[in-house]
Amino acid sequence: MEPVTIDAKNLHYTPLNIRIRELIAEGKKKIILNNICGQRFIGNGIRGDDVEITVNGVPGGDLGMFMCGPTIIVRGNCDHAPGNTMDSGKIVIYGSAGDATAHSMRGGEVFVKCDIGYRGGIHMKEYSEKRPVLVVGGKAGSFSGEYMAGGLLIILGIDREAPVKGKGIGSGIHGGKIIIRGDIDEKLLGIGAKKEQLTEDDRKDLEKYLKEYCRLFDYDYKELSESVYTKIVPASARPFAGKYCWE
Amino acid sequence: MTTGATPPKYKIKIDDDECMLCERCIDNCSYGVFRREGQKIVADSRKCTACHRCIAMCPRDAITLIEKPNDYRSHPLWTRDAREAIYKQANSGQIILSGMGNARDYPIIFDRIVLDACQVTNPSIDPLREPMELRTYIGKKPRQITLEKTKSGDCDLKTKLSPNLKLETPVMIGHMSYGAISLNAQLSMAKAVSEMGTFMGTGEGGLHKKLYPYQDHMIVQVASGRFGVDINYLERGAAIEIKIGQGAKPGIGGHLPGEKVEEEVSKTRMVPLHSDAISPAPHHDIYSIEDLAQLVRSLKEATEWKKPVFVKIAAVHNVAAIAAGIARSSADVVVVDGFRGGTGAAPRVFRDHVGIPIEAAIAAVDDKLRQQGIRNEVSLVASGGIRDSADLTKAIALGADAVYIGTAALIAMGCRVCGSCYRGLCPWGIATQKPELVSRINPDEASKNVANLIKGWTLELAELMGAAGINSLESLRGNRDRLRGYMLDEEMLKVLDIKPIGA
Ligand code: SF4
Ligand code: SF4
Repeated sequence: MEPVTIDAKNLHYTPLNIRIRELIAEGKKKIILNNICGQRFIGNGIRGDDVEITVNGVPGGDLGMFMCGPTIIVRGNCDHAPGNTMDSGKIVIYGSAGDATAHSMRGGEVFVKCDIGYRGGIHMKEYSEKRPVLVVGGKAGSFSGEYMAGGLLIILGIDREAPVKGKGIGSGIHGGKIIIRGDIDEKLLGIGAKKEQLTEDDRKDLEKYLKEYCRLFDYDYKELSESVYTKIVPASARPFAGKYCWE
Repeated sequence: MTTGATPPKYKIKIDDDECMLCERCIDNCSYGVFRREGQKIVADSRKCTACHRCIAMCPRDAITLIEKPNDYRSHPLWTRDAREAIYKQANSGQIILSGMGNARDYPIIFDRIVLDACQVTNPSIDPLREPMELRTYIGKKPRQITLEKTKSGDCDLKTKLSPNLKLETPVMIGHMSYGAISLNAQLSMAKAVSEMGTFMGTGEGGLHKKLYPYQDHMIVQVASGRFGVDINYLERGAAIEIKIGQGAKPGIGGHLPGEKVEEEVSKTRMVPLHSDAISPAPHHDIYSIEDLAQLVRSLKEATEWKKPVFVKIAAVHNVAAIAAGIARSSADVVVVDGFRGGTGAAPRVFRDHVGIPIEAAIAAVDDKLRQQGIRNEVSLVASGGIRDSADLTKAIALGADAVYIGTAALIAMGCRVCGSCYRGLCPWGIATQKPELVSRINPDEASKNVANLIKGWTLELAELMGAAGINSLESLRGNRDRLRGYMLDEEMLKVLDIKPIGA
């Protein structure tokens, strides 16, 4: 099917989203958005497993929030919270993304070629067959993976001094895992997070997403696969169980 | 443990002459107070929470419960509560959690406000024969409307109106989540609000499929944990509420311990079985009023601008300025929850000491919004300790469009405010997930009780309005001239913007 193109120059986000929904309702599977410049909420709450939206430009905040199924490909950077509370689907960002990337994501995948801001993967959670995955090629800011209640956060630190700049990694984490390329200073871990060796299963898990990262962004898989990785997991499934007593 | 155990708070006594050994008390007390020893029922008063279930169920009125007199050396400062809290913390080093609302003896401002009634010079209205307009619409209102004359001479409304909720009575039920309370409790309230033409909140526990038939009367909540939130959930609700804070625990998040996350709760919240459900203190995508505005619009965009969005905050010192910010954030409704709001569990120190009373908060918010000329554009909901139709009427006269009730609705279903909600053993089947306890609520019957409560208050509200010579809710809202302060200091009168009695 021929892709449909929307010229978003000077177009407000609401008519833009209305147009996207109309096209999906008409059965269009490929949509290209040109001249995107800061429009927020693109693709919020849209459905359709076989829908693919290409964004040419820089979308504003909350891209694909509550999205259920579609794939969004961003040919540029992204503002804050792409994949916020996303249900399923895929977001691929050919640049960097802002703060709170994949916030509270409950399913689907977000791949970011370069860096993300603070609070990446914060409060991601999984349920039943839904497992959110965030893969960051570059570095991530402080408070990455805080309060994680499930899912997988991978930070590769490609071409960066360190994969994570800043502290508070995994504070309050009570489910899921964070895998970081290279070693990580214990001091950067938040309360309730601990380092662990990768198991065979972790490696298999990681391999799958590294391959996908390399395929999407045309990167050398060998280099990534031969690196050392550190896993960060909850120190306990009940981080706050000992904090309270009852009246 | 060096401090020793504290004495029991309550004393259960059984009148052996009356008791017929039916053992209903044993079956009904989920805290295991009673046991049978030969021809006698014996009680372990230490375990009692004063929930009154046994008393209500005893066929022979054989059970007496008394609050056990303070047997510490009496002291005005070092009260029993103060001492026992210290024993508890000296033993544990932990934060003390507690249930229900604020348990301190603060003066209740509602009780120091009296309502007005007409005498001779302007007649009162008889609600029996005069129409009383109690219907109200909650949501954004346009600043002005444009009409266009049609060829036939009619007028067409040109302005596009925002979605509003239509309430037949200004009483809604606030957010108590599935997980904190039982499904039967939620079902009972849902049936009641559907019948009464009003609404209730889901709380941050998702929407169980058994509530789908009532979804047109449900306000779905989006809190910091985002439990149970997906696009289907958002689309089902009649409105969406972003919870920033709640009156019982301003400034902190929530935590449903793993034990309570049983199968249906896990499915509805969309978290694994027995996993802790932690709602962090802030929403991690809201760090400013601009971010809040973004979340409001984000929710609207996802649901195609078809639903009003509420934002709920706890009443705190600068609540008026915060509410004004929210009112400008595209939110349709601001909910202010006062410091007497209830909860399943909150750190005791927060419940009892943080926040301000709803009376002052609602008056301050209404004032600020009026000063800024935007009061007419948003709706205001007051909650946190609304006990009767007088509180309801006063809250509206102080500036609210409607109220949320919480504890009052639970009491209508049997709750005795024993304050042990967090233990998951509620003998009335409300704050529990244990099937044998949950089944103690029959949603058909309990819904009648809740509906009756709302009906009764609505009738009383109409009478009070009629007595004050007011025949529409619109004319009561913010009508502070119908209120007088009794034994309130000058500063408080100023905040409430009401005159003292006699003035
Ligand atoms: S319910 Fe009343 S009558 Fe029955 S055993 Fe208990 S105390 Fe006796
Ligand atoms: S906890 Fe409730 S049911 Fe048990 S003895 Fe006390 S009042 Fe009766």
